[in-house]
Amino acid sequence: MEDIKKAEYLAYKKTEVLTDKVLHYCPGCGHGTIHRLVAEVIEELDLQHKTIGIAPVGCSVLAYEYFNVDFQEAAHGRAPALATAISRLYPDHAVFTYQGDGDLAAIGTAETIHACNRGENIVIVFVNNGIYGMTGGQMAPTTLENMKSSTSPYGRDVKMMGSPMKMSELVANLPGTHYVTRQAVHKPGHVRKTKRALKKAFQYQQEKKGTQLVEIVSNCNSGWKMTPNKSNQWMEENMFPFFPLGDIKTPDDK
Amino acid sequence: MKKELRLMKGNEAVGEAAIRVGADGYFGYPITTQSEVLEYLMSEKPHERTGMVVLQAESEVAAINMVYGAAGAGKMAITSSSSPGISLKQEGISYMAGAELPCVILNVVRGGPGLGTIQPGQADYFQAVKGGGHGDYKLITLAPSSVQEMYDFTILGFELAFKYRNPVMLLSDGAIGQMMEKVELTEQKERRTTEEIVKQCPWATTGKPKSRDHNIITSLELQSDKQEELNHKLQRKYKQVEEDEVRYETIQCEDAEYLIIAFGTSARIAQKAVKEAREQGIKMGLLRPITLFPFPKKKIMEMTQQVKGMLSVEMNAGQMVEDIRLAVNGKVPVEHFGRLGGNMPSSEEIIEQVRKHF
Amino acid sequence: MAKIKGDIVIDIERCKGCQVCVPVCPNDTIAMSDKVNAKGFKYAFKAQDNCIGCANCAIVCPDGVITVYKKKMK
Repeated sequence: MEDIKKAEYLAYKKTEVLTDKVLHYCPGCGHGTIHRLVAEVIEELDLQHKTIGIAPVGCSVLAYEYFNVDFQEAAHGRAPALATAISRLYPDHAVFTYQGDGDLAAIGTAETIHACNRGENIVIVFVNNGIYGMTGGQMAPTTLENMKSSTSPYGRDVKMMGSPMKMSELVANLPGTHYVTRQAVHKPGHVRKTKRALKKAFQYQQEKKGTQLVEIVSNCNSGWKMTPNKSNQWMEENMFPFFPLGDIKTPDDK
Repeated sequence: MKKELRLMKGNEAVGEAAIRVGADGYFGYPITTQSEVLEYLMSEKPHERTGMVVLQAESEVAAINMVYGAAGAGKMAITSSSSPGISLKQEGISYMAGAELPCVILNVVRGGPGLGTIQPGQADYFQAVKGGGHGDYKLITLAPSSVQEMYDFTILGFELAFKYRNPVMLLSDGAIGQMMEKVELTEQKERRTTEEIVKQCPWATTGKPKSRDHNIITSLELQSDKQEELNHKLQRKYKQVEEDEVRYETIQCEDAEYLIIAFGTSARIAQKAVKEAREQGIKMGLLRPITLFPFPKKKIMEMTQQVKGMLSVEMNAGQMVEDIRLAVNGKVPVEHFGRLGGNMPSSEEIIEQVRKHF
Repeated sequence: MAKIKGDIVIDIERCKGCQVCVPVCPNDTIAMSDKVNAKGFKYAFKAQDNCIGCANCAIVCPDGVITVYKKKMK
């Protein structure tokens, strides 16, 4: 039986836009998948030579080790501010931020909202896993009601801490945002949709259409204290109802 | 070339200097005693003159991080604020020191602490020269005491920032920011092309060509040995700055028996005190540090052989006096005189202090 | 319809044994080994020879350790 593991039959391989550094993410964590999709989009749109990424503080603080593009490390929550300056000073470059929910929706809320309100020509990749992962599973602005975390051990008390925030819907109301969508990467179908969304976002960015925000609801096995597959199932049953997937703002509905 | 002179406010001079030195971006936020920098830049439409980006951010925190992003991409970026706003920027400044990024930060100091007052002050000295943010780092700190120096030090600031890949702070105050004086303007320098930036700043994130690995701008290093080496590298840089970049002015120090040490607005007043004191037979001299870091330690040590006492005149409760005492090391008495709350000392008060102490 | 032959290569040393790939394979080609890699993770491996090269496993793998080959047989 013929061995088809030859270049001519290659159907899928790792993109050049990822370095060969082993990811530090926990087994089964969505960050790795999202990194790969962003990198594949950068490769397919031939943007590697003019992409500048901005890493947050959080689990993806080391994102710059994995992307084979020029990258800057932002202080916690400030990535949209860095991106604002870079995008205005290098108008033709593909500028994107990669941020978690704590980075974007807690400490960085002002930077997020104002970058979107100014319609900065950037892509914001917003990974929403409902928790502060890197620091050990604390409650985040997107932690669901009654969801346990190390700082809401008895479940999030909405009376005390307010309800989880829907940042995508919030920024979709700002005229500066052009394309806002919420996706997931835990199953093949969702991965393919997320990649299409990211590709559109980077294309719109290159067409200087303003701020593109791609939120990806993802899992956090360690923080949620579940196996990867269990966490993905829990995400479907609990996160998706509150954070429904799909386009929230598309270019034609201005 | 005919001199181009213009009557300008200190704050406006910084704006004009930024345009003429070929700066790429200014990111500001309104706060009294320095809003004119942003207002002037907006009215000058530098985008049409040189293509320079001028942006009002949503906060001083956002502004300093815009400067970080711009500097990390090799661009000449500047921001300005006044005391409370500068406090907000400290984390960003520490990140820039750690990531070795060049930029210019103007602090038009006002009376503090807290909301304080909008009158001038110099109580941000420690914050500027001892590191207002976290970690061991230093800001090259220039202290303008005239509108011309507000203009010149903006240009010098960029030169030093890029020479040492380090933030540079201009420590001014409300009086100098708001006063109008004649300024001699320099010729418009072309903004650098991307090719020039890549050549001058090969470390910058200008977009990764096939010919090199990707550039990373970060101050994060989790492995202690590497982080220690990074710190040693910074300390070597600061040593170099201390050896090569000390600047100061001396007024009538040759035969001085008493030495006033003052910067910024206090130096202007002390200059008058020196004149009046000499008329009263007191041989007073003034040493005006232009660089607060690197501090003119050698010159002060030298003066200990000649003078009977030194008075640090600064609009705060006594900060630079500590650095003077460190340099003097007990050889002569060093006293401090400082009006607070935004009040400025008078030359008479200074002379009275010298009489009292010495 | 021309028969499609697929094949996968798993970098077992980089696999973290998260098992996310296992349920997404239409033919249950991929399974978890009992052996562990250098890092002590039970890694995924090609358990059967009925791969159709759809790449489902590869695109959900967070660490991108799966390379996929696909050939249309005459």
